[in-house]
Formats: sequence, C-alpha cells, structure tokens
Amino acid sequence: MHSFMFRANAVLTFGVTVLALLCCLASVSDNLHHAKPSVDLQILRVESFQRLPNGNDEVKLVLNITADLQSLFTWNTKQLFVFVAAEYATPKNVLNQISLWDTIVERKENATIAQLTRNKYSFVDQGNNLRGLNFNLTMYWNVMPLTGAMYTGKTVVPGLRLPQQYR
Amino acid sequence: MGMIGDAVSAIKATNVRHIALQAISLGMIVTSALIIWKGLMCFTGSESPVVVVLSGSMEPGFRRGDILFLHMSKAPIRAGEIVVFHVDGRDIPIVHRVIKVHERVETNEVEVLTKGDNNMGDDRVLYAHGQMWLQRHHIMGRAVGFLPYVGWVTIIMTEKPYIKYLLIGALGLLVITSKE
Repeated sequence: MHSFMFRANAVLTFGVTVLALLCCLASVSDNLHHAKPSVDLQILRVESFQRLPNGNDEVKLVLNITADLQSLFTWNTKQLFVFVAAEYATPKNVLNQISLWDTIVERKENATIAQLTRNKYSFVDQGNNLRGLNFNLTMYWNVMPLTGAMYTGKTVVPGLRLPQQYR
Repeated sequence: MGMIGDAVSAIKATNVRHIALQAISLGMIVTSALIIWKGLMCFTGSESPVVVVLSGSMEPGFRRGDILFLHMSKAPIRAGEIVVFHVDGRDIPIVHRVIKVHERVETNEVEVLTKGDNNMGDDRVLYAHGQMWLQRHHIMGRAVGFLPYVGWVTIIMTEKPYIKYLLIGALGLLVITSKE
C-alpha cells in the first residue's frame, strides 16, 4: 500500500511542481515582449451638452476610435480589455476618470479597432465644470493572461476641449 | 482487504513515541499551512490574498473556479483595475472592474463605480440601497494575478461537504498509519 501511495504521491507532486513552474515561466516570458500599439482617438461631435436636474453637467459625444493592438498578443495572452476614459481635474476633484467606451478582444486577428461610437457610459461630472473643460482621452489596455500576472498599458491623447456653452 | 489489514496492523504496531511523532508531524503540516496563509496576508496587505471566482460576471476574462491573487497597496485606485469589494448587507465579496473614479482634492478620498465585464449595466443595482459610489473602505484588494481552474477544489468542497470530510479522513488516516 505504502509503495503504491508513495509513488502516486511522488508523481502527483512532481506533476504539480512542473505545472506551477511552467505557469511561472509563461508569466515571466511576458516581460520579454515589447509591443508597439498605435492609437488614435478623436471627438467627432458633441451630440448634447446640458445641466441635469441634480446640478451635474452631462455631455454626450461621438467618438472616433482607431487602434492597432495586435502586437500586444503573446502566447500567454487570453484577452485584452480595452477602454477609453476621459480624464480631467476640477476644483473639487484632483482626478476624474470616466470610462466612455470599452471592448474585449479575445483574438489577435480582431485587435485592430475602428469604431465610430457614442459614449457607452454616461459622461457626467460631479458638479458643473464641463463647460470649456480641457481634458485628456486615454486608451488603456488591460492584458489578461492565460496564467500569471496582469498588466495595463495606455496611450494618452491630451488637450481636448469641450464647448463653452450648453447645447 | 489488504489495505485495511495493513492499516489496522500499522495502528496496532504503534507505540507512544511513534504516536507522538505522528502528532508532531501533523502539527507541522497544519502550522506551516497557517504560516504560509498569514505570511501572504502580511506580504500582500490584503485580508484575503487569494479569492475564488464564483460567478460569470467577469467572463470571458475570469470564469467560475478561477483563482485571483490580490494585492492591497497604498497606491490610489484607478479606472480599469479589477477590485474585490464588500457591499454593506452582502456576505460574499464581488470581483468587478472600476469604470469611474473621482478623487477629492486634499483628502484624496476616492469614489469609484464598478461594473462586471460581462454585465450590461454598472453595479449600482448591487450596491446598498441608495449607494452611488464605493469608497476606499469597501475595497479589500485589487487583482494582480490569475490562475485558472484551481479554485474548483474549494467550490466542490463547499458545495459537497461530504467530499471534504472524506478527504480529511483519508489524509488523517494516511498520516497516522504512515511509517516515516
């Protein structure tokens, strides 16, 4: 009994150790990968711009999002979670990040993005600071692995401006 | 029959010194597991360094039974991070992604909104009644690493408790009857 159990135990332990090591190596190998993604973000037009009954500003935008993220994929990449966020500062908040649009890319072949879209999540300020606002649009990509560590990269498009008047 | 007979004779053959040795080795196993867990808590700064994904709300990134490693650093919370949070009145923590962040001037208190990647709408329906934002104290950690499938062990054990007792019993018997 013991010889059988001990052998089974040894095989199992060895198998799990090798598997764990391979997982670690796969995750570490991501660090050796250098990607050169290209991103272009534009605001095509402002669809509506108003103060909500609760006093907060809301703006509705049409965005033109183009990106080529194919180079981010490695053999250990399960998917990319890609999102575009508006980032700005107000007298009340040192940083506001508002995700406007996101997508999940599961295959390298689908990693070229060309989207003409309204903002998917509402762009509402905490207050009424959006008129004439100077803000950044940032595309983030969260690389989710088959196993191991996750990491995030970004491209910032600075110096965008909202209109001075509600419309 | 052979296995059971062996086990019985092994138990009969034990003397006091042998039993003491077995008890100590069992204690070593239990305490080293405890040390690893508590050490991880210290190292990651999160009260639960490892969580098992229970729902499909983050599919296809995380599936039921996957394991997430958490880290709770002083670094501010930012959009796109996957956080584990508690909602008042709910026992089970939720693992979702941050989609909006508002960080106050001076106090640096944050208000964040989360959403499951696989859900249509944001998480305000999951929060306590009338709660619009999560604060820092709701958040237990952020996910930094990922391991697939391993969490099924704990899911099976919590949903089929008799398997757990069977496994603990078998392991205990093995430890008692093993001769070095």
